[in-house]
Amino acid sequence: MSARVPNIMRQGRVVPWLYLAPSLIIILIFIVYPMFNTGYLSLRNGDSTNWANTACVEGQSCWGTLENYRYALTSELDTTSFASTWRTFWISSFGNNIKWILLMVSGSVGIGLTMAVLSDRVSYESLAKSVVFLPMAISFVGAGIIWKFVYNFGTETTQIGLLNAIIRSLGGQPVSFLTRLPLNTFMLVIVGIWIWAGFCMVILSAGIKGVSTELLEAARIDGASEWTVFWRITIPIILPTIAVVVTTMVINTLKIFDIVFVMTGGNFSTNVIANRMYTEMYVNHQTGRGTAVAVILVLAIIPFMYMNIKRFREQEAIR
Amino acid sequence: MSYQRFKNFVGSLPTHILVIALVLFWVTPSMGLLVASFRPVQDSNTTGWWQVLSARPGASEYRQYCAECHGDDGEAIATANLRDPDLISSFRRSIQLAATFSNEYDGTIHLPEEQRPESQELADILAYLRRQSGVESRPRVTINNYVDALVGYRGTTSYTADCEAETQPADLSCEFVDDLGNPRGMARAFLNTVIVTLPATLLPLFFAAFAAYAFSWLHFPGRMWLFAIMVGLQIVPLQMTLVPISRLYLQLGLSGSFLGVWLFHTGFGLPYAIFLMRNFIGSLPRELFESVYLDGASHWTAFYRLALPLSAPALASLAIFQFLWVWNDLLVALVFLTGRRPVLTYQINNLVQSLGGGWHLLTASAFLSMIVPLIVFFAFQRYFVRGLLAGAVKG
Repeated sequence: MSARVPNIMRQGRVVPWLYLAPSLIIILIFIVYPMFNTGYLSLRNGDSTNWANTACVEGQSCWGTLENYRYALTSELDTTSFASTWRTFWISSFGNNIKWILLMVSGSVGIGLTMAVLSDRVSYESLAKSVVFLPMAISFVGAGIIWKFVYNFGTETTQIGLLNAIIRSLGGQPVSFLTRLPLNTFMLVIVGIWIWAGFCMVILSAGIKGVSTELLEAARIDGASEWTVFWRITIPIILPTIAVVVTTMVINTLKIFDIVFVMTGGNFSTNVIANRMYTEMYVNHQTGRGTAVAVILVLAIIPFMYMNIKRFREQEAIR
Repeated sequence: MSYQRFKNFVGSLPTHILVIALVLFWVTPSMGLLVASFRPVQDSNTTGWWQVLSARPGASEYRQYCAECHGDDGEAIATANLRDPDLISSFRRSIQLAATFSNEYDGTIHLPEEQRPESQELADILAYLRRQSGVESRPRVTINNYVDALVGYRGTTSYTADCEAETQPADLSCEFVDDLGNPRGMARAFLNTVIVTLPATLLPLFFAAFAAYAFSWLHFPGRMWLFAIMVGLQIVPLQMTLVPISRLYLQLGLSGSFLGVWLFHTGFGLPYAIFLMRNFIGSLPRELFESVYLDGASHWTAFYRLALPLSAPALASLAIFQFLWVWNDLLVALVFLTGRRPVLTYQINNLVQSLGGGWHLLTASAFLSMIVPLIVFFAFQRYFVRGLLAGAVKG
């Protein structure tokens, strides 16, 4: 689209604003105002009647107006020694989110890439890709139930959960997957990967199909093996696409709420930041603390969003 | 087969194996849910869903302990005909059956101690006898779970069974059509979800189309900046906007209302929607619009008769996207609608939190909530994919 609009299209000074008005008003009310209001509320106390520093208790550490942030950052940690801080950090919501990011992003992107590359070579490609993509259509709650059923921990004699039944039939002891640390976070991440790998696969597949076949043919004629073709030619070309997928997945992972909420409710040390925000706000009714957690979540997301937008603007410049 | 073709086949085998393995891994959990949702409650809670077609427990135990005397069909002894429903129904619990082992029949003990089955085997035998005699006939598959889920039945047997025996729970009247409106049932939640989703899908479409047209083909000061900011607001996560809006709604009296949720979903979906629509409308050929203006058309005509119809694919993608997002959402419904107007996701979440077992109900409810998204997905997969790609990959 050209940057210059032809004179013929300049009609009236009010008309554009009429077209924009509904969207502008709604966005102002539902996104801009809450954004600032949340920031403001995070500096107030539990029921927002006063500033946060009034909730300070004599004799305990306090960060003044930033008291809610102190709570959000340290309440899950046992700071008596370095060892205890380290240990409790990794089962806190922050530690869990880090585990989620590392495992889920590598898992979804890895499997998505694998499926994108491999399904390209089989005749039943569209069927295979549809199956892997399917979980994106159902709710996270539904996915949580599906997998809760798979992970079910039965009695001595009966196992109705698929995974434990398989373990049993191989001679092992059934495992209570959702309550056992540190396994349980990993089992939840599997659900996340099951849902999101299809998303990565679709985008990466589009990227891979965009690689010019002449280039690949030329490399093969020159004697390169499939492996070399993949790593030395395909991957470097789709690196921007991979970057976009990775940053988008990090953002999605940070926002994970439904899966943890439905499967464990955040208990057994599986809590994540989004769930904490919900608990503080709507279960404990601590507005200040809940909004502080929300702000921390946004701050964590911003770097990745910035990378995404930068990528978008680079491609926009090419367009 | 020539050597070359054989080599190709073996070379491609790992690929096929890996793809098929991944596909199986992906489809098996959902398959489990589907199969389990059709099994009667007693089966669902005692055996795995993969045993839906296999022999039920009790048959082999019966053969092992009882068939020698009672015969394979249970009718060998006339005074203790194991096919007689009156006889079998007198044994309500396996303990009562165990009590008969010490009885003497014709001078011999029924079953000496060393030949008695274990407690679990005894329970299986009793279940087998109940099925064989017709006291408790249980088909392998049933739609009872779905009926129970739809009317919100939370009892111990099934809706149809309880209604026949007139022992239904207090909140059900056994008039099926009336019971579909039960607020604890999935049918009511389905209706609520439809009421929430349709406007929340259509509103962003229209608002975004208007705004996108303005950003593409209308000239006004600050156009680029405003667009960049609007699109940049995609950053703001849901959690950031929940608290202030829920407090605002409390003051305006919109808490728990459908209007509140429509507006919220619209507001949240607009940045992405405007981004998508603007990309599409902006890429329409300039000459098209120029010729229309030359012919004296106003902006409204150009928008209504030209831009909108031409951007139908983008509108479709956006509609699918927003529809699935709103239909599958839990957090917004949890915060704004709560239990007063439960939607499907909320209802299922409730079931999970309150029911310990009851997988027959959970699986049926979960599947009920998935039917519509699955249909939409299969019918419009192309548009969904296109919508995804438009945001992530250029060109």
